[in-house]
Amino acid sequence: MAWQSLDIQRRSATTTPMPHAREAVEVAKLIDISQCIGCKACQVACMEWNDLRAEVGTCTGVYDNPTDLSGKAWTVMRYAEIENDGRLEWLIRKDGCMHCQDPGCLKACPAPGAIVQYANGIVDFHQENCIGCGYCITGCPFNIPRLSEQDHKAYKCSLCSDRVAVGQAPACAKTCPTGAIHFGTKEAMKDHADHRIADLKSRGFQNAGLYDPPGVGGTHVMYVLQHADHPQWYSNLPKDPAISPWVQLWKGLAKPLAIGAMAAVSLAGLFHYIVKGPNAISKETEKEVENETRPE
Amino acid sequence: MTNHWVDIKNADLILVMGGNAAEAHPCGFKWVMEAKANRKAKLVVVDPRFTRSAAVADFYTPIRPGADIAFLGGVINYLLANDKIHHAYVKAFTNAAFLINENFSFADGLFSGYDAAKRKYDPATWQYQLDAQGFAKVDDTLQDPQCVFQVMKRHYARYTPEVVSQVTGTPRADFLKVCELIADTSAPDRVMTICYALGWTQHTVGSQNIRTMAMIQLLLGNMGRAGGGVNALRGHANVQGITDQCLYSEVLPGYLGAPTDADKTRDEYLAKRTPKPLRPNQMNYGQNFPKWFASLMTAWYGSAATADNGFGYDWLPKKDAAYDVLALFERMHQGQLNGFVCQGFNPLASAPHKAKIDVALAKLKFLVVIDPLATETAEFWKSHGEFNPADPAKIQTEVFRLPATCFAEQDGSFTNSSRVIQWHWKGADGPGDSLSDLDIIGALFTRLRALYAEEGGAFPEPVLGLSWPYRIAAQPSPEEVAMEISGRALADVADPKDPTKILAKAGEQLAGFAQLRDDGATAAGNWIYCGMWSQAGNLTARRDPSDPTGLGQSLNWGFAWPANRRILYNRASCDLSGKPWDASRAVIKWDGAKWGGNDVPDMRPDAKPEEAVMPFIMNPEGVARLFAFERMLDGPMPEHYEPFETPLGVNPLHPDNPQAVSNPAARVYPGDLEALGKAAEFPYVATTYRLVEHFHFWTKHSLLNAITQPQQFVEIGEELAREKGIVNGGRVRVRSKRGEMVAVVVVTKRIRNLSVNGRKVHTVGVPIHWGFRGATRPGYMVNVLTPFIGDANSQTPEFKAFLVNIEKA
Amino acid sequence: MIDVTRRQFLKITAAGLGGSSLALLGFSPEPALAEIRNYKLARTTETRNTCPYCSVSCGVLLYSLGDRSKNTKAEIIHIEGDPDNPVNRGTLCPKGAGLLDMIHSADRLKYPEVRESGANGWKRLTWDEAFDRIAQHLKADRDAHFIKTNAEGVTVNRWNTTGFLASSAASNEVGYLTHKVLRGLGNIALDTQARI
Repeated sequence: MAWQSLDIQRRSATTTPMPHAREAVEVAKLIDISQCIGCKACQVACMEWNDLRAEVGTCTGVYDNPTDLSGKAWTVMRYAEIENDGRLEWLIRKDGCMHCQDPGCLKACPAPGAIVQYANGIVDFHQENCIGCGYCITGCPFNIPRLSEQDHKAYKCSLCSDRVAVGQAPACAKTCPTGAIHFGTKEAMKDHADHRIADLKSRGFQNAGLYDPPGVGGTHVMYVLQHADHPQWYSNLPKDPAISPWVQLWKGLAKPLAIGAMAAVSLAGLFHYIVKGPNAISKETEKEVENETRPE
Repeated sequence: MTNHWVDIKNADLILVMGGNAAEAHPCGFKWVMEAKANRKAKLVVVDPRFTRSAAVADFYTPIRPGADIAFLGGVINYLLANDKIHHAYVKAFTNAAFLINENFSFADGLFSGYDAAKRKYDPATWQYQLDAQGFAKVDDTLQDPQCVFQVMKRHYARYTPEVVSQVTGTPRADFLKVCELIADTSAPDRVMTICYALGWTQHTVGSQNIRTMAMIQLLLGNMGRAGGGVNALRGHANVQGITDQCLYSEVLPGYLGAPTDADKTRDEYLAKRTPKPLRPNQMNYGQNFPKWFASLMTAWYGSAATADNGFGYDWLPKKDAAYDVLALFERMHQGQLNGFVCQGFNPLASAPHKAKIDVALAKLKFLVVIDPLATETAEFWKSHGEFNPADPAKIQTEVFRLPATCFAEQDGSFTNSSRVIQWHWKGADGPGDSLSDLDIIGALFTRLRALYAEEGGAFPEPVLGLSWPYRIAAQPSPEEVAMEISGRALADVADPKDPTKILAKAGEQLAGFAQLRDDGATAAGNWIYCGMWSQAGNLTARRDPSDPTGLGQSLNWGFAWPANRRILYNRASCDLSGKPWDASRAVIKWDGAKWGGNDVPDMRPDAKPEEAVMPFIMNPEGVARLFAFERMLDGPMPEHYEPFETPLGVNPLHPDNPQAVSNPAARVYPGDLEALGKAAEFPYVATTYRLVEHFHFWTKHSLLNAITQPQQFVEIGEELAREKGIVNGGRVRVRSKRGEMVAVVVVTKRIRNLSVNGRKVHTVGVPIHWGFRGATRPGYMVNVLTPFIGDANSQTPEFKAFLVNIEKA
Repeated sequence: MIDVTRRQFLKITAAGLGGSSLALLGFSPEPALAEIRNYKLARTTETRNTCPYCSVSCGVLLYSLGDRSKNTKAEIIHIEGDPDNPVNRGTLCPKGAGLLDMIHSADRLKYPEVRESGANGWKRLTWDEAFDRIAQHLKADRDAHFIKTNAEGVTVNRWNTTGFLASSAASNEVGYLTHKVLRGLGNIALDTQARI
């Protein structure tokens, strides 16, 4: 399949310009935390649709199960009991990929085509190209991607790109019993958020607001927060997320340096690449780097 | 539900109390969220725990488990004391004006007529004063001291905000805030709905919990209204349907009281169950009882049921005693049962006091379990370590385990909590050799019938005479059975107003229960379902979601009983002249010639408003009962009684009467009273509940659900944890007088200690979903803790309030 | 200042070299193109059903393999909410969303079985064996303990020594037929989950 038929906007580790004459509709998922009951229907629908079954874990004293994102848990609810003005609030946040407009994972990814961003805004991982280096994790300002213990490839929410491609909503958005998750064009989602924020303000949440952080160019998963002034109350949602500095560095300073230094550093790697494929080279390279830095 | 799921969106205020709709009914709860989002509705949650319903509430306040009547009685007092009632509604549509027998009394926690030895009331003094024609006397000024309004006012005057707070532990200011929000809906253009569930039913005062709320809704004028009603959010997908088919010993399909030993003849039986009107001009719809009963008998005994043999009346078994779940296990425990069949029911986990259930099951000669899944009940004899320490060698019960197909593997109809009957279709075959329940029942019956035909036996006539018209005898089809439930004409059914007009020809499916006859001309397996499969076909299979007025009625989706009516008592949505109380959400109205509108009228369509035919047509007085002269075994008005295991030891409302500590009319079996714990040894209040991730003892078999809530836990508040040195995520032992369990502990701000009757009361939360079979980690069945005692009226076990102790394990 | 340690810097540059720089030099193998996962329901069969859990009774769509042709064994591979259902409008709670794993639970029963008196395990039976044995048990108990009349001589036609608990998850048709059969046998010891 050709790139243009997939409406690819960006592709990891690729400088070939993407065709972009056509303008696709930008989609977004809006998670209204004030309407979320923390039922985990989204988690179940996600696993069911994507043919994932995380481990049957244990109770660790909270309702968070699975306890963290993993290669088989692409979204998890995070529960926070906050006392505010003498009243208890149970702030429950559905955590998962934010589908940044400016995706740190994609920028950090060294494997060509392992991470793509479609014209509709979805950032998708393609595991067949993934070399398992984990740099997408470092590059993500939200700490979302996880390496699978099974195949050492990185996984995260695909925003059900397969469903969206045929005109359906992501499984989590469709299933959400209370309408806390909505899906539509990014514009429609912002409009919907405006209504929700107005309603929340009328109920005394003066600082209600939309979480669509500019530090990552905005996101295609947005939150309505009752306390937009305190995103950290929501299980440490970052206040001003930005792409990791080293990824910025790679895109700026490091990349030309690296290309210039190609012959010096990567010939060994190239050999491995040809013989063993990308997965192996990454590990070899990583080891070399580790060894190099250790004496300090 | 008197109303329905989608209708919740029409409410201005939603009270979630005695339930946790967000967790137990998330997809129905969406209509709460819609009301909030689209009509600025407010959500109030009153619960011992800060639940996931509370997480999205506008106002939450805690309450001690088992103190709901004190709270709601306080609301009644607030409404009456502050004159926040819907006067026109209360006066016209309730029995507020009815005069009660002069000898009625309530003193020291007991109503008149109490027999302490039998733990029973004689309701003789709870009756209306009748005039010469047998009609109830009324005082329209509501001033007579014996009128219901005054009796009620006196009764609840004791429930002051201070008393409420003292009994419930709810902070006084919080209680008053809830009162204000509720009182606001006494305005004709404001409506509240109440969503409750097992949090109200699973108490020894369960039925009275709900009655208290019904009284509030009547005082506010919220019954029969869009966005109003008293809404029981029921359990399984077809718990409503199974209730309607009445698989209870005391009733026949369609809630027809089953004959007892006292009903010696059919005439006596019918006379007792066919009410006479208590006010002039009322519909007294129950007068049609003989038609419903005759139609049931012809459905069951076919041509063998004739007018000559009383339509087979003597073939019906007569009931001599209680046979509810608790009574059945009591009988089993006493060795009075030899066989037991569990069809899709896991009582080893669901019934209270597991130790007693274990002993009881082991006394059976044979046990048959019909289920799609491997249940604990089927393996009660097997050792599963600490979770089920059984010794198979000592248990002689022969156990059969029959694989049934599940919902996805069969056609049929389910009735949801909205009373909407919906057909469903099979998607695939069941695994292995599994058979549908219809095939299993069909095969068992036809084999039994063949045995009786071959070798005779005890009273074979009704067995051989049971109507069995199914094309494949051992495999009745869902369609055949649905048509039988709905009903058909056996002879031509003529219009009583014009005998030349035939409403249904012999052999045709009936259009509705108005066509039922008492002379054997019609057969219908369940009168309230009559019309679900008419000449027009299977109406439960209708799938037209259209909702032209936006009220959410979707009248062409499935078929609601009765008569496809979506909001019960909808005549009460209009004033006496037939004009809607609130035109913006009109349900029906009088158009000058007939009742009609956006629902099937709950009223004779041509009953002119000036005829004053009142909306509560199933009551012989035509109005709703603020005071119940019949049917409630434990009093005509709700009164607060402590749970049988009370942390206080006294009823703060009646501190000097030991008979009135707990429900004086609740049944207690010998031995079970001794198995109740006292606060000195078990100082903490425990309450069991469900979590949103699981459904009863079912989804623990589903890997996806096991992943999201994998392991058993109990929940306590931070202060109790500190006192006991318990740390979050550690393990605790929870003990009741009846047993103990060990589990992980969740220490949370969501459970607060409460100040009750001058002392501190801590709550221990015990989610129920685990067992020794399933994809989750194995756990205890929490009924190792629960008491074997039920509601005085329904015998629903008291799972929501009992005593435990807790310590680090 | 951007806070990047030397180690991190090297990691980044080295990683880049390992991957994208090779592609730049033309050493990349046949470009592995990103492709959206195929939509898995394309030609599955869709069947309308009702979630069996709570009384919201949500509409569900069962998606099964195959087109119901003679040689194809239908198998449900996915379940999601029915968007037409006026109550759930396509949504499902975590229980409903996980229905697939209940249908395919490892704990589904496949064959009739018996645990003989005192035994420590299950023994497989044919349906014929199971029905015969159970029918004989039922008949023996009914015949031995049937009460035709009570002490006062009133015909009561009662059998109360075998109890029956009915499911709340069975269909109306199953519930009704069960009730009909039990009363037909004179059984009075019946109750249901609905009470609890």
